[in-house]
Amino acid sequence: MGTQNRLAIAEDLTIYHAQEQKERLSTALEGADGLELDLSQVGEIDTAGLQLLIFAKREAARLDKTLTIVAHSSAVHQALDFCNLVGYFGDPVVITVHEQR
Amino acid sequence: MDELTSVFIQEGREQLQAMETGLLELEQQPDKQDNINGIFRAAHTIKGASGVIECHFIEGFMHKVENVLDRLRNGEIALSGELTGLLLRSCDHLGSLMDVLEAGAPEPAPEVKATGDALQAELAVYTSGPAPETGKVVEAESEVLSSGGGVVNTDSWHISVRFGPHMLRGGMDPLSFLRFLASLGEILAMETIPDAMPAGAEMDPESCYLGFEIRLQTRSSKADIERVFDFCRDDCELRILPPNSKLAEYVKLIKELPEDDMRLGEMLVRCGALTQGELDGGLNSQQTGAQATPAEGEEAHKPQLGEILIDQKVIHKEVVEAAVNKQTQVSEKKAVEARLIRVHADKLDQLIDLVGELVIAGASANLLAQRSGQTELFESTSVLSRLVENIRDSALQLRMVQIGETFNRFNRVVRDVSKELGKEIDLIISGAETELDKSVVEKIGDPLMHLVRNSMDHGIELGSVREARGKPRRGTVELNAYHDSGSIVIEIVDDGNGLPRDKILAKAIEKGLVQPTQTLTDQEIVNLIWEPGFSTADQVTNLSGRGVGMDVVRRNIQSLRGSCDVSSIEGAGSTFTIRLPLTLAIIDGFLVGVGKSAYVIPLDMVIECIELNEHEADRHFLNLRGEVLPFVRLREMFEIEEEQPARENIVVVQYAGQKAGIVVDQLLGEFQTVIKPLSSIFRHLRGIGGSTILGTGEVALILDVQTLVQRNARSEEREMSLNAALPRSTAQN
Repeated sequence: MGTQNRLAIAEDLTIYHAQEQKERLSTALEGADGLELDLSQVGEIDTAGLQLLIFAKREAARLDKTLTIVAHSSAVHQALDFCNLVGYFGDPVVITVHEQR
Repeated sequence: MDELTSVFIQEGREQLQAMETGLLELEQQPDKQDNINGIFRAAHTIKGASGVIECHFIEGFMHKVENVLDRLRNGEIALSGELTGLLLRSCDHLGSLMDVLEAGAPEPAPEVKATGDALQAELAVYTSGPAPETGKVVEAESEVLSSGGGVVNTDSWHISVRFGPHMLRGGMDPLSFLRFLASLGEILAMETIPDAMPAGAEMDPESCYLGFEIRLQTRSSKADIERVFDFCRDDCELRILPPNSKLAEYVKLIKELPEDDMRLGEMLVRCGALTQGELDGGLNSQQTGAQATPAEGEEAHKPQLGEILIDQKVIHKEVVEAAVNKQTQVSEKKAVEARLIRVHADKLDQLIDLVGELVIAGASANLLAQRSGQTELFESTSVLSRLVENIRDSALQLRMVQIGETFNRFNRVVRDVSKELGKEIDLIISGAETELDKSVVEKIGDPLMHLVRNSMDHGIELGSVREARGKPRRGTVELNAYHDSGSIVIEIVDDGNGLPRDKILAKAIEKGLVQPTQTLTDQEIVNLIWEPGFSTADQVTNLSGRGVGMDVVRRNIQSLRGSCDVSSIEGAGSTFTIRLPLTLAIIDGFLVGVGKSAYVIPLDMVIECIELNEHEADRHFLNLRGEVLPFVRLREMFEIEEEQPARENIVVVQYAGQKAGIVVDQLLGEFQTVIKPLSSIFRHLRGIGGSTILGTGEVALILDVQTLVQRNARSEEREMSLNAALPRSTAQN
């Protein structure tokens, strides 16, 4: 595996930031063979954000690169879980004791 | 009884009422699917709640009822008169089961249990017997002309939604719709379809490209599900397949959607809507079906997909719109209900009591301020008293309830009684939104019931008799309510036989109520029905005719400070009119003085005040702008032996269309009156309705205008009949 870029997204993954976040994701993906996304600081995610994640995953596949989400915030995890997309991304998800309850 | 149980009983009774109303409506309009759903929901709620409080005898019984309703809802059994009758009896039984629960008994009494078992046996016929031909079919099935494969075996809805590109920019978040959808039931499986999303730079992060395939298990109706997507209806493609849809429906769905057939099919398989076998079979048969040229008469088997689609889409839209409209109304109603809070009636009564005291205290403060001569103090107390007045009105408003609820109970009564009597009777209700005091509403139920039953039993004739008399076969009983000068008027009108004048007279003579030689006016004869122990029915039924009715009715109404009248046209029907005061607690009064005592006349009844002229002083009537106005002198009536003042005034009052004058010394003006009932020793006092406390602490008596007016009318009649100089053996006492 070649170079891995790591991108931590700290703001919400919502429609308000969608445009700039798409640029950042695309750039980050272009600059390396793989991208590690740290979403542990994402407080909120909406459909636009979800769509961006799917987009990134698909772009990565198209360009024969890898995209891994290395950390999920609970909001992200819940959204992925709700849409049954955890398997699609295929990343390990840490389920906290609190969430399990 | 713990709180949970009492809440259950209260709410259970409301649900029961909803069920009963629904059933009665269903009987009138058997085609209304919404009604069945409503009844089912009510039954289901009761069952669920009884499970929660672990009341197993209700739960078990409701389970049976629910099964039948479920089959009815799914169109597996057809609606019939017997079935609604059975369901109504089940409602009654449920009511008695709730009584059992309320009484705190662990098990229903043997006879109640026996009724329950009998009903359950009857209900079982509808759940186990072979299903008769389907009267009403599930929406989607009726659309399908083809039988493109068997029924897909799933008991959940399949929802397929593709959100339009502008959703996100429009400020809507599809995920939140889906979360809301999840609140309707349980999402068994959901697949996200991102296929519409373009790659690379073409992808606009502010457009929405997502679609979802969802399997939802819910008891909600199709309209409920559609309502979730109401806000984005224009901007999304929504397809809903009800549970157990035909395989062809799924195939149709796959074809319609923009994604590749196989890919989508795979998705459906993944979310569990279809099995692989069903999918393959479905797609194959569809292809062969489309290739074959459909011969005439064979359309039923080989559908022209496109055609059906178009047809269905058109039908679908209208159905949806109708359903949505209906649903919006229902949800609006729900929203209104949600704004209500439950308050214990005792608390309200306490509030009214306090407001009553406040009014009295306010009056005394006002009086003191007036006497002190301090303008500022007087001004501030007058502001205060205005506020007190407002508080009084709002507090009384709190106790006002619509009479409709009481009226609606009679739907059932009329239905049952007319069946029992073999008569065809419709009930017409108007003025259901008329409001009156809760305490009055509670007490008016029984007298009304008596009168309505009487009208049905004695008034309305049998269908054949009616036809012979040239009347429509179906008789009508009308319940009507409206406000009229400080009272509420309730009318019970029937278009039946009217009161038989001769029969009443004969009966009255037989019972010794009047002497054969007495001459009576028609109205007097009709009024004889209010006498104790009077009944003209040839046969005593278990409904009425035992002669305990009318005098009890009148006593009940009089105890509410109301009055009842009857007017009747023989052969054309009769009208019973009940007049009741709006409230029993506080009224606007008009204070008058005679000698040193003060009296209160309810202000609503006062029309005007005029001065009594010298020359009219020795008569008991005067000429009021061309009308004869009889009057009474309070001084004479109450035997006040004080010096007569130089000038007297007449207060003109009106009650039930009759005018009369009351002669008093002084007019003291408006006065907020808190009615304090007189003790039972004074029960037989005529002409006095209660007492009140003035600001000075003195007691004033409240005049019972109704009795005064009637007294006037009666003395007039007496004089007239005396003047008629006809032989009379006994004078009326």
